[in-house]
Amino acid sequence: MTAGKEFNATDYIQHHLSFYRVPLGEGEFWTLNVDTVVTSVVLGILGLGLIWWVVRGATSGVPNRRQAFVELLIEFVDEQVKGLFHHGDRNKFIAPTALTVFVWVTLMNAMDWLPVDVVSGVLHLLGFEEWRPVPTADVNATFALSISVLLLSIYFAISAKGLGGWIHELFCSPFGKNALLWPANFLFNMVEYVSKTLSHSLRLFGNIYAGEILFFLLWLWAATGLVGTFFGFLLGLGWAIFHILIVLLQAYIFMMLTVVYLSMAHEHH
Amino acid sequence: MSFNLTLLAQMLAFAAFILFTVKVVWPHMLRAIETRQKTIADGLAAAEQGQRALQTSTRQADDAIRAARDRSADIVGQAEKRAVQMIEEAKVAAKEEGAREKIAARSEIDQEVQRAREQLREQVASLAVAGAEQILRREIDVRAHAELLDRIKRQL
Repeated sequence: MTAGKEFNATDYIQHHLSFYRVPLGEGEFWTLNVDTVVTSVVLGILGLGLIWWVVRGATSGVPNRRQAFVELLIEFVDEQVKGLFHHGDRNKFIAPTALTVFVWVTLMNAMDWLPVDVVSGVLHLLGFEEWRPVPTADVNATFALSISVLLLSIYFAISAKGLGGWIHELFCSPFGKNALLWPANFLFNMVEYVSKTLSHSLRLFGNIYAGEILFFLLWLWAATGLVGTFFGFLLGLGWAIFHILIVLLQAYIFMMLTVVYLSMAHEHH
Repeated sequence: MSFNLTLLAQMLAFAAFILFTVKVVWPHMLRAIETRQKTIADGLAAAEQGQRALQTSTRQADDAIRAARDRSADIVGQAEKRAVQMIEEAKVAAKEEGAREKIAARSEIDQEVQRAREQLREQVASLAVAGAEQILRREIDVRAHAELLDRIKRQL
């Protein structure tokens, strides 16, 4: 909400759904959502930096509370990976990747809890007209994650089976080796890759985006008067508490799917 | 909802974060956890070894106690046997001694009897001579008949 102007619901939502865009070249594509990039990078550095800071001073003796918490987190992730990945040393790549995904996505989702109007108010004072604080409510962020996972799974598929083996599987599974079935197999595999990537990113995006919109609507209600403020506060509190589940669950699902896809890439058919 | 350069920027950031976790964060943690696991495993192994050592030494102690008990029983048995034997020996020695004393006493008694008999004989002879003297005082000359009397005395 911008002070001084006539209040308008459409403007309010529009305002909160606008990215801070900086064009870097000709065309639609060559723009950068600075808010998404800066917020996510700061969160990533904060989260992983905090873990690094704790882990650097990690003792193999009796851990203090900080270390115990980080170990809990790491062992939780490691336990999940251990249950899904049986194709070699998970410590080399898969488990740390899962940790990265979990920590980063959790923090990005958690931005949903910040009161948007306070955040944008403060940023407005600093001179930023538009700023979306939740990076995972930006398709660019979620697709960046899922496309990275897709590339990684193709990389692991090729490194596990060889380029020939991977191409062979593209054409010869799941239906069979018969040359007549090659197009069907290839089509099936392409659909699988695309749908995996789409569902992986859109699930996260949809959940967080919907949560964000619901908050906007509640804050809209809160702007209508005393009763609206009261119920907006009450329902906002309820939604924020319920959002704990969504934030953690979506991060967890995203991590698990990442591990599942990377494990599947190692499997021979 | 539109895709733009943000996608590539986010992918780059993701790659950087993964690299950071893989290369820096995870190995640190893994080292600490593995060292702790090793410490725990070593401790457990040491405890087990201690337990085993305890069992061994308990067994050895039991063996030693049993051996000592056997030995002491042997010693007591031998001592008892020896005591019985000594008693028997003492009995035999006492019996022999008694028999010897008896024999000595008997020979002494025999000698005494012999001596008493001698004395008695002499006294009887002298008594007889005295009696005869009383009777024959007048008729018999002591000096004349001394030879005769001596002969009688010797015959008694």
